[in-house]
Amino acid sequence: MQLTELYREVILDHNRQPRNFGRLDPHDAEARGHNPLCGDQLTLTLQRDGSRISDLRFEGNGCAISMASASMMTEAVKGQERPVVDALFKRVHALLTDPAAGSEGLGKLAALSGVREFPARVKCASLCWHTLNAALAQADAADAAATVSTE
Amino acid sequence: MNAGRPRHGLHLLEPQQVRADFPILSRKINGRRLAYLDSGASTQRPRAVIDAVDHYETHLHANVHRGVHSLSQLATDAYEGARDRVRRFLNAASVREIVFVRGTTEAINLVAQSWGRSQLGPDDEILVSALEHHANLVPWQMLAAANGARLRVIPIDEYGQIRFEAFQALLNERTRLVAITHVSNALGTIVPLQKIIAAAHHVGVPVLVDGAQAVAHAQVDVRALDCDFYCFSGHKLYAPTGIGVLYAREALLEAMPPWQGGGDMIRTVTYERSTWNELPYKFEAGTPNISGAIGLAAAMDYLESLGIANVAAHEHELLAAATSALMRIPGVHIHGTAEDKAAILSFTLKGVHPHDLGTVLDHEGVAIRAGHHCAMPLMDLLGLPATARASFGCYNTMEDVEQLEAAVRKAVEVFH
Repeated sequence: MQLTELYREVILDHNRQPRNFGRLDPHDAEARGHNPLCGDQLTLTLQRDGSRISDLRFEGNGCAISMASASMMTEAVKGQERPVVDALFKRVHALLTDPAAGSEGLGKLAALSGVREFPARVKCASLCWHTLNAALAQADAADAAATVSTE
Repeated sequence: MNAGRPRHGLHLLEPQQVRADFPILSRKINGRRLAYLDSGASTQRPRAVIDAVDHYETHLHANVHRGVHSLSQLATDAYEGARDRVRRFLNAASVREIVFVRGTTEAINLVAQSWGRSQLGPDDEILVSALEHHANLVPWQMLAAANGARLRVIPIDEYGQIRFEAFQALLNERTRLVAITHVSNALGTIVPLQKIIAAAHHVGVPVLVDGAQAVAHAQVDVRALDCDFYCFSGHKLYAPTGIGVLYAREALLEAMPPWQGGGDMIRTVTYERSTWNELPYKFEAGTPNISGAIGLAAAMDYLESLGIANVAAHEHELLAAATSALMRIPGVHIHGTAEDKAAILSFTLKGVHPHDLGTVLDHEGVAIRAGHHCAMPLMDLLGLPATARASFGCYNTMEDVEQLEAAVRKAVEVFH
């Protein structure tokens, strides 16, 4: 296993210059992700337009894998409808854990395929996706509560 | 715990021979020579320890303190022999003061739950230092939550040293215990225990010492130190995991209630009530880790055959060499620069997260720890999410230091 398989140029680039970095205010949901093993921490804020993620940002600190994964994820899900986001999450999860999983059509996210050879680092790459799920669940709950209150 | 220096012009430790005593060090990691620099997390075992455990399992095993048959007697003799080996290693007055536990963590929890619950009440204070490992912090937080006691923290200076005047100011009539590390696992600071214990005893406060990072690197004499409790783990002393020791003064142990109930810790049992066994068995409920204790005794024999002062001097040379090697690399910052320091080197590399550094180093055959070192409050205090930590043992050589330096330079290359 070569180090360059893990630290591909696109990952190093997103680590150096993370996209969509910062905080979105106002926002519909905010979630925090923490990987106690590594100390990776990130906070995700997002805005929705119906079931579409209209905008999102993340901030925090962590290893190159966690920062690059979060940066690439924000690019991939921004403007996407919920079913597309859910499908992407499944594909990325498979890419990180299943040696048979392919990376066709994943674009930049395919650069994460090297992570599965480093089992200790899988959680670094998936942290942002779990945080996104938590934020979406929060936005869903807020929407549901709003619906109840207007009835 | 000032390490003895090697006698003038004489090398008392043969690093290549010591390395050869540890079978695991001859294996390759990612196709490279293994430079094992994670002894602070766990040390490797010499052949002598592996053989002692193997001999016990092959020839001596049965349950201890129970059978009238020969094997049970042989196992009991070996286990109790190991206890006396530990007593001599620590220079304790009696084997009644040596309680076998799983490790440092269990030793501290035993003291917190038995001594702490019976002795401490609302508003009583426990002093810990800012350097503590979670193992010497969380058990006291749990105790404080249960009985209303308060935890107070002795601050450190910018070099990672205990601020002694602040410690003295914190000692007051409510202080019931000082629980402090001997050597900081995250920064390498050697804590001036003699001074701290003297000051605590002056106002009648007992002192518990977390010796996990100290016992394999300096001679520990519990009577000279005059500490009240001393806790350590076997696996940081070239022995197997799952065995450790609580040393405590006999009078303290006598007064403490049992912690766990069960077999071996009782004298008589009826359906209604029980009476307790004598020391130290009152604190050893259930079948103990017999092979672990035997491995620990063998590790102590091994370490003393090298000479702890020689080991300490050798590790100190490696620490000095590694410190200057890393300081030559632009962007490296060393955390913890106490005057009196054990062979633990915590560092960060600008622009490279410690976990990425750990992965690159591992790829080069260099095993280090990257993370918060189970000292999250200390990391918060230092404003660091994590550090990389190289820690040395008796088997490390200058070649390991060179491999470390080359691997850190490789990380610079990958990330810049």
